[in-house]
Amino acid sequence: MSDDILNLSAMQLDAIKEIGNVGAGNSATALSQLINKKIDMDVPNVSIVPLADVPNLVGGPDTMVASIFLRVYGKAPGSVLFLMPRESAFYLVEHLLGEQKSATDGELTEMDQSALMEIGNILAGAYLNALSYYTKLTLLPSIPAMAIDMAGAILNVVIVQLGQMGDHALVIETQFLSEDEGISGHFFLVPDVGSLQTILNAVGVK
Amino acid sequence: MAELLRVGIADYKVGRSPNMIISYGLGSCVGITLYDSKIKVGGLVHIMLPDSTQARANENPAKFADTGIPLLLKEIIALGAEKSRVEAKLAGGSQMFQFAGASDIMAIGKRNAELAKKTLQQCGIRIISEDLGGTYGRTVEMDLNTGLYKIKTINKGEKTI
Repeated sequence: MSDDILNLSAMQLDAIKEIGNVGAGNSATALSQLINKKIDMDVPNVSIVPLADVPNLVGGPDTMVASIFLRVYGKAPGSVLFLMPRESAFYLVEHLLGEQKSATDGELTEMDQSALMEIGNILAGAYLNALSYYTKLTLLPSIPAMAIDMAGAILNVVIVQLGQMGDHALVIETQFLSEDEGISGHFFLVPDVGSLQTILNAVGVK
Repeated sequence: MAELLRVGIADYKVGRSPNMIISYGLGSCVGITLYDSKIKVGGLVHIMLPDSTQARANENPAKFADTGIPLLLKEIIALGAEKSRVEAKLAGGSQMFQFAGASDIMAIGKRNAELAKKTLQQCGIRIISEDLGGTYGRTVEMDLNTGLYKIKTINKGEKTI
């Protein structure tokens, strides 16, 4: 049962937080190099929430967000989601492709979307590399997919995965903000049922 | 004063005119409404998975199409609805992310919609309209005064079915 996550000890939660810290730290560095700006990152939040409340972590189910989603394959499968306000997605495109975009009426072209997916790839790769190094588990990202839509609809994809086995999600979430505040966002790692135990065993926390 | 009843994921609400029932941000989930227009009683269930027999955590019937729909029907009958008059509408069941070589779980929206329709058929409930599939999220709102089902999206406009 995924609801075993309700019985995690304080030490286990700390270990999970550290895992989030290592992964997100590496991603933030990669993002900072991509846009050549300093990125501030919060201490990761490890939340164990009822599935229905997951969208509240990002401002409610009807908040519009840009998202890049990847599945994680390997010894500890799970999902990685990179969520940001639509404006941040436009900012990224402007900085990477040198285009002028209006976040209010602009549309992302196929080229823009492909650039964003590539960023997702780089960030998820950085996250998973750090996690692999720390846990000595092989973790491989799928190709990324992206969507700009309601947070609730996007998070469905993660919730469904867990809903077969339980009613709660363990979400490792890190917020970040660039120094010029052009980019803000959330980085989520949601381990599949069973993966958490694999990760905890790998780092030697029983 | 009309009340706005909110339905979360794997949740349902029933009520009568003049109240409204709303559910935000459906992706692969499906929102099924049942309505008896004669006495203006109805309900909305927001299911996230098709089949309770395939899942290990099946304590909450509102999570699944095959158990959520009979539950909703029972609840509106308890409010006085007559099964022969009850009509159903469906919305949702999209696929938010497109992958090459998508696994089963990515096509969950389609399976949700299929099993919801099959369950309605088994319950002997007529489906009068639907807005299913696509690659976008929906916020749905049911008007218990008229039975109208309003569907709002970010890029695909708004419609009432």
